[in-house]
Amino acid sequence: MHTWQKLLVVAALTTIVVIAGTFAYINYFSKRRIIIATTTSLYDTGLLDKIEADYEANHPVDINIISLGTGATIQVSENGDADVLLVHAPSLEKTFLEEGWGVNRKVMAYNYFTIVGPSNDPAGIRGKTASDALKAIVAYSESLADQSGVTKVWVSRGDNSGTHTKEKSLWSLAGYKYNETAAKPWYASVGSGMGDTLNVASQKNAYTLSDIGTFLKFSTEGSISSVALLTEEQNLLNVYSVMAVKPDVAHANTTYQINYADSMEFIKYLVSAETQQFITSYGEADYGQSLFLGAVQPLKDNAPQPIVDWIRAAAFFDGSECPPQYRSGYPELYS
Amino acid sequence: MGLDIPAGIGKALELILTGDPELYGIVYRSLFFSGVAILLASLWGTPIAMLISLKEFPGKNIVKTFFNSLIGIPTVVLGLVLFLVLSNGGPLGFLGLLYTPGGIIIGEAILVTPIIISIATSAIEAVDPEIMNLAKTLGATESQASIAVLKEAVNGVILSNVASFNRAIAELGVALLVGGNIAGYTDVLTTAISRYTARAEIPYAIALGVLLMVLVFAINLAILLARKTKLLFAIVKPWVERVKK
Repeated sequence: MHTWQKLLVVAALTTIVVIAGTFAYINYFSKRRIIIATTTSLYDTGLLDKIEADYEANHPVDINIISLGTGATIQVSENGDADVLLVHAPSLEKTFLEEGWGVNRKVMAYNYFTIVGPSNDPAGIRGKTASDALKAIVAYSESLADQSGVTKVWVSRGDNSGTHTKEKSLWSLAGYKYNETAAKPWYASVGSGMGDTLNVASQKNAYTLSDIGTFLKFSTEGSISSVALLTEEQNLLNVYSVMAVKPDVAHANTTYQINYADSMEFIKYLVSAETQQFITSYGEADYGQSLFLGAVQPLKDNAPQPIVDWIRAAAFFDGSECPPQYRSGYPELYS
Repeated sequence: MGLDIPAGIGKALELILTGDPELYGIVYRSLFFSGVAILLASLWGTPIAMLISLKEFPGKNIVKTFFNSLIGIPTVVLGLVLFLVLSNGGPLGFLGLLYTPGGIIIGEAILVTPIIISIATSAIEAVDPEIMNLAKTLGATESQASIAVLKEAVNGVILSNVASFNRAIAELGVALLVGGNIAGYTDVLTTAISRYTARAEIPYAIALGVLLMVLVFAINLAILLARKTKLLFAIVKPWVERVKK
């Protein structure tokens, strides 16, 4: 055998030993896992950390949380890289179910979007409806002397997240074409999560659309100076849902199995009365109000109104949170 | 109310000094992932470097240029490529490496391989070719002669490892896209800093930033000192020999 060949064989063997050893070491510590792809707001507010800790304390499962925008969350789930999705863009969720990627959707929580901006509110949107506020922001932006693109008045997530999807629908509700608006010199698209977008908006003294949960956390921690300027209304309702990735069907070309059984256990846990109670109370002590409100009990009680009707209007498909053709087992979820 | 930087730094130091488990878990993962990645890259990179430097073959310069230019590959591009390949919908999805420590380790090993190969190749080439011939004349087999050359180039090989470590521990793209930044599982110093900033948990971000800088400085300082000592030897040696005479 040639010297070089010997050297290469030795190197290859050692490499295999190192890889095998490392994997054995890592696997020694790991349990069954479910990968949860989540919208950034549920994660950045710290809510999921608490839920994860509580769940892992009582179940032999590792929860791995990947925090992305809703658009990216859906993308990785279609690739078969996640087991559970936590999202807040009903239109995208509907497509996801229709294309056969997900099952067993449950509406789990809600809160409101708000437009946040500098406290002196140069566009004068305070207390307006979302549509009027956007009109005022456009009017103010067009009146600025500087149209070179240096001065930004509106900062957008720009990442196909649930918040970005909501922003698009609000622009069209106010009578603007989104593509034209997004091309304006005063419009900035940052393509990141809610936290980063809030930081940019605060630094630039600009307006942005945010879920109230992430905004309250950032504002309380003192890292942004923006204030919330709009009050709750139907158009600003923000509904969070959970779905399981459909096992086997979409990913038959790989050996990877979606961990469906553990995923469904986790979904049952999320919509249980105790967890719903916990979600509703989360943040009250630190931020003076709930960041998220559990949606399961209100939907059962059909109260408080008109909020339950708003939730149905925003996030139900064919009159159901999950039409029967998109369910698979677990009838107790819908009883 | 604004961003209270002094308070953030104070809190960060407190976290560092009290040995916050979350914080040091992240440091441990950073060191572990980068360490194994460099071990792997050395294992396959050093023999390749020896082949390239000691063998004559057509297209040798093209191969060298290839590895040299790969040194600068943007980490996010490599992260993207690996994400697509390792995804369960991708060609290597069956390995189940996406969003696991193994994925990060393999990714970082690939990232630093060109550094190992390029630096080690130049170091070995810089060794006087007469050493190989001399060793052979003295009755060494070809493998013994190669080892003799590698010994002469050992400083360059170490340098290639240090440069790789700096690159691996400070990179963000691969760890973020392939690892997914899962808290307590695949988050490393760089990705965790970005996460804590995005979550308004500034003290943690500062603490990790400080630790990352300390690590990188410490390692480079160690190398600098090692070189200084060697330099010192080089200066002192002739005097010592003169005195001996």
